[in-house]
Amino acid sequence: MRLIDWIDARFPATKFVKAHLSEYYAPRNFNFWYYFGFLALIILILQIVTGIFLTMHYKPDTALAFASVEYIMRDVPWGWLIRYLHSTGASAFFVVIYLHMFRGLLYGSYKEPRELVWIFGMLIYLTLMAEAFMGYLLPWGQMSFWGAQVIISLFGAIPYIGEGLALWIRGDFVVADATLNRFFAFHVIALPLVLLGLVVAHITALHEVGSNNPDGVDIKKTKDEQGIPLDGIAFHPYYSSKDLVGLIVFLFIFSLILFYMPEFGGWFLEKDNFIPANPLQTPEHIVPLWYFTPFYAILRAVPDKLFGVMAMGGAIVVLFLIPWLDRSPVRSIRYRGPLFRIALSIFTISFLALGYLGTQPATGLYTSLAQVFSVLYFSFFILMPIYTSLDKDQPVPQRVTEK
Amino acid sequence: MTKVTTVLTFLLTFFTTNPAYTASAQLQLKPVDIDLSDKASLQRGARTFMNYCLTCHSASYMRYNRMGKDLGLTDEQVKASLMFASEKVGETMTIAMRPDDAKKWFGSIPPDLSVISRARGADWLYSYFQTFYLDNKKVMGTNNSTFKNVGMPHVLWQDQGYLQKGTNGDLTRLSEGDLSKDEYDEMARDLVNFLAYIGEPSKIQRLALGKWVLIYLALFFFVAYPLKKVIWEDITK
Repeated sequence: MRLIDWIDARFPATKFVKAHLSEYYAPRNFNFWYYFGFLALIILILQIVTGIFLTMHYKPDTALAFASVEYIMRDVPWGWLIRYLHSTGASAFFVVIYLHMFRGLLYGSYKEPRELVWIFGMLIYLTLMAEAFMGYLLPWGQMSFWGAQVIISLFGAIPYIGEGLALWIRGDFVVADATLNRFFAFHVIALPLVLLGLVVAHITALHEVGSNNPDGVDIKKTKDEQGIPLDGIAFHPYYSSKDLVGLIVFLFIFSLILFYMPEFGGWFLEKDNFIPANPLQTPEHIVPLWYFTPFYAILRAVPDKLFGVMAMGGAIVVLFLIPWLDRSPVRSIRYRGPLFRIALSIFTISFLALGYLGTQPATGLYTSLAQVFSVLYFSFFILMPIYTSLDKDQPVPQRVTEK
Repeated sequence: MTKVTTVLTFLLTFFTTNPAYTASAQLQLKPVDIDLSDKASLQRGARTFMNYCLTCHSASYMRYNRMGKDLGLTDEQVKASLMFASEKVGETMTIAMRPDDAKKWFGSIPPDLSVISRARGADWLYSYFQTFYLDNKKVMGTNNSTFKNVGMPHVLWQDQGYLQKGTNGDLTRLSEGDLSKDEYDEMARDLVNFLAYIGEPSKIQRLALGKWVLIYLALFFFVAYPLKKVIWEDITK
């Protein structure tokens, strides 16, 4: 008896591999945008593995944290590589996730029957933001400290319970040792567990309904005698070999940044974070890392603190609602009418503009621009039921096309 | 190859520099070349650092023997010519001055210099060493136009001489130092080069390893891409 038969009699190993790899049929027309889900999974693994090694040398103590990071950078064999992999990986994670989400918007991947795939994905995004925010406190530099101080104080804007809530989150009246210790606990174990659970849910839901594609065609409608979609190809070996090529290209760019410009001009590692946290000295500009800046710009665009916080939260909540806001029967932008194309273009420009404005001081013209782009950002969602119903969509083909 | 990477680095840096930092930099910074492969420069910078800086400032994440190894010096050479504050080459560069005393004397505690080059940038440091001027309003008798009202005196005055600030803000020479202007520029450049080195000693390994990783990935691409082509033959036809 072969080993695999022995295992299969006791554990569905072959069944699992077939269901998710060798007999999982994905549309044959995946394009450039379809690399990023796979890449996100790779980065998740990278972050977990490098994180484990960093945890072996890092000290979650306000008196030792900053020095322990420098100890990793200097005295731990290959510590610098592990640390840069982790810090570059964090930004790469968001690059990849944003492209992955944008793909969803382009091709309507959130639409029936994939609403839960989208919801699980959004929960992953939300958890990832918390994970990144808490992780950024750990090096205990000036930006770590003041970024956390500003963001946690936002909870103070909530009426009645706000101040108490902020105090409860920090565990002290300012960001302090208690905060650092609990953020460490959340960053290294609580949130990664949640992330892994959500990723399993995301992929399980996806593999239940099948992948969407750039044409938004339902490939399960046309099957051959064996019940295999005519436009479907097995994930392995087709997409496994294709994703490997994508992975190498990604790693090439990733390595270029990691080895030649790990600070990425202050975008990935901020200059001020090479100054140890000092509660008595506020830095000139407190800027969140680039992946939070669109939401930070929305927060600052609203003059009232409470409404600003609500707008910032709302900017993320509306993303959850897209599957029900979009009234068009057509998924892919290829067959959508002009209204959706224009709306998505304006939304994309607004998101990028807000991201830029979030890095700038909130003064005069910049604040006005942030207000305009915030209104445009929300209009994309609020007006979506209207323009998607009115839009002149084109007929969707029966089978996927070669483009 | 080095030229290509320099150009690439420049272009990428140019397009990617975080505006949060460029926006706040209204100062005219003097650019400086950092070259960690210039061992002689790093050794001269180390000598200046040990003689002038490492009494008030520590570099408490940097070990003497690591520096020796990277700068091409034996432990004995480090001990004989660069160690005044410690006994063992495995120690980090700490100082004897107590923070409380420093606060009393200078108004603030001189920062640890281990990662100062990463916080301030090399150009800022180079400009800082060039812009001390006489100012009778200050306790130490000097001020600095790169770092206004800094508590630190002009430690390198013997080498540079003194500058004075005109009403238009320009700095002009008041007295000659032991070094000519070019020699002083070289001294400041060597010191900044050394500070950049201790900011990230692993940069030497990072740059050395980087090209091999990129070459490996490039070669791997030429295996993976034809493999994909072959596997997809029956799909694409």
